[in-house]
Amino acid sequence: MSILILAEHHDRQLAGATAHVAAAAQEIKEILGGDIDVLVAGENVSVVAEAAAKLDGVAKVRVADNAVYAHQLAEPMGALLAELAGDYSHVLGAASTTGKNVLPRVAALKDVSQISEILDVVDADTFKRPIYAGNAIATVKSSDPLKVITVRSTGFDAVGEEGSAAIESVETVVENSQSTFAKQALAQNDRPELSAAKVVISGGRGMGSGENFKLLEGIADKLGAAIGASRAAVDAGFVLNDMQVGQTGKIVAPELYIAVGISGAIQHLAGMKDSKVIVAINKDEEAPIFQVADYGLVADLFEALPVLQSALSK
Amino acid sequence: MKILVAVKRVVDANVKVRVNGDNTGVELANVKMAMNPFCEIAVEEAVRLKEKGVASEVVAVTIGPKAAQEQLRTALALGADRAIHIQTEEHVESLVVAKLLATVVEAEQPGLTILGKQAIDTDNNQTGQMLAALTGMAQGTFASEVKVDNDKVAVTREIDGGLQTIELILPAVITTDLRLNEPRYAKLPDIMKAKKKPLDVKWPTDLGVAVQSKLTLLKVESPAERKGGIKVGSVDELVDKLKNEAKVI
Ligand SMILES: Cc1cc2nc3c(=O)[nH]c(=O)nc-3n(C[C@H](O)[C@H](O)[C@H](O)COP(=O)(O)OP(=O)(O)OC[C@H]3O[C@@H](n4cnc5c(N)ncnc54)[C@H](O)[C@@H]3O)c2cc1C
Ligand SMILES: Nc1ncnc2c1ncn2[C@@H]1O[C@H](COP(=O)(O)O)[C@@H](O)[C@H]1O
Repeated sequence: MSILILAEHHDRQLAGATAHVAAAAQEIKEILGGDIDVLVAGENVSVVAEAAAKLDGVAKVRVADNAVYAHQLAEPMGALLAELAGDYSHVLGAASTTGKNVLPRVAALKDVSQISEILDVVDADTFKRPIYAGNAIATVKSSDPLKVITVRSTGFDAVGEEGSAAIESVETVVENSQSTFAKQALAQNDRPELSAAKVVISGGRGMGSGENFKLLEGIADKLGAAIGASRAAVDAGFVLNDMQVGQTGKIVAPELYIAVGISGAIQHLAGMKDSKVIVAINKDEEAPIFQVADYGLVADLFEALPVLQSALSK
Repeated sequence: MKILVAVKRVVDANVKVRVNGDNTGVELANVKMAMNPFCEIAVEEAVRLKEKGVASEVVAVTIGPKAAQEQLRTALALGADRAIHIQTEEHVESLVVAKLLATVVEAEQPGLTILGKQAIDTDNNQTGQMLAALTGMAQGTFASEVKVDNDKVAVTREIDGGLQTIELILPAVITTDLRLNEPRYAKLPDIMKAKKKPLDVKWPTDLGVAVQSKLTLLKVESPAERKGGIKVGSVDELVDKLKNEAKVI
């Protein structure tokens, strides 16, 4: 049987997460055989389909291009996937807010369980996933004929983009009178995507204000870093919600993670402790973040950050 | 309009959980239990909608062991009017929770059903979406703002790029994100009053739903531990280490 991947895309661009999901699919395919297909659903998404066709290992890209799939609302997306799922043994999506919104619906419509945020493929029906904010890793085995799975990007290295899959259109159009898109406020910046960046610098409550996040920007520019935040910084209104790293925000695992004015609560660690190198800057030498930091600097961030910025300019 | 709120009993968010000796789960003996934080937010939102006159009744429901009645009493102390306990000592996976909740929705016909976006024990983030699919209701997940307007509800959702607002036809399912509201603390007189509020106990068999798991938990392990690192004395030393030792910049 084959595997279907739900493509993640925003603003007519294929999101990086899809290549990580494809890597998980590839591992399953090596055990099971069959094909890997990608579903691109949305409105005016031919460019996305072309990008998805380049992902290594993909046999076919199926495109459902219709106004009803614009903004990928859960109800039509769930119905579409449930209809297509009959041809597959596995339906995979990113553990993104889109994947998490849609895939549990697909599972329920097909009367199967859903497996969230897998980190590892053990065999075609056995997977590892984090529970308790990553304080434990569970190995779960599914007895369902169809496996509906969300994939945590940091668990799988992205596949290459040398492929040339066939593209075909899906004519299925489902009705949706239940939900309508009203508006959105999306963060605009030129920095790398938080969950894909090689370097992430995050600020916490210790930053004191949104204005002070400028101190991180200069450094992020030097390092080509994405900027993240703790929940406390988001709750205080310093920055937008999409910057939150942690159990209930984004999961990141960059080469270098710099935590500034962040205490290191378990829920924050859940989102960044798989980073390769962790740096913590905190004025409290007892802060728990130092227990996971490779390099800790006990200092007032308002003194340390300007010095760091100029040191990086040398 | 009636509001149904689903609450789950979980290990308190402040407990640092440990994997048990035989790798079958986490250590639960003498561990503090609490209402899932996202469910507290769900109860708070329902109670606020009642206080604003939008809702007429708030019904809290849980599926779980006898002890989960503590969390129902908490919901009642926070302002829910009555509670339903679907009692089982077995592990109940999200799909089965959603099926059980669907029977309650069928019986109670709530205008809104509010759940947490995720239970902090399993970190599943799926029950609300499954319930919506099973009952044919629209869903507004990861809500940071909820505005009811006659037969519609506008839900602002926390999505990866920022915020998205959608409009749903009622009845609908909502799952809460952390910034939807700040839950109140129960006051002593309310805790006393809660003891007298109605709490109905049912069994999954009464509702015609089989508690069977299609996912088997084979093993639970501790994640790879990070080795503690070093403290550096200055920014220059830090930059030197990052360049020449870790080689990440
Ligand atoms: C269900 C649930 C889910 C959660 N999900 C998340 C999540 O996804 N992500 C997340 O981050 N949190 C999450 N939290 C919240 C988490 O428990 C912590 O409250 C939060 O991470 C704290 O953020 P903080 O470290 O910025 O703030 P604080 O804990 O207040 O720490 C601020 C730190 O800044 C330091 N500091 C202050 N001033 C300076 C200065 N001038 N120079 C240097 N250092 C300074 C202080 O020493 C302190 O260590 C969640 C909580 C719950 C209950
Ligand atoms: N056993 C349960 N009883 C009542 N509600 C539950 C139960 N399990 C999950 N829920 C609800 O579903 C939400 C999401 O849980 P989950 O999908 O398991 O992460 C929780 O915040 C609750 O609102």
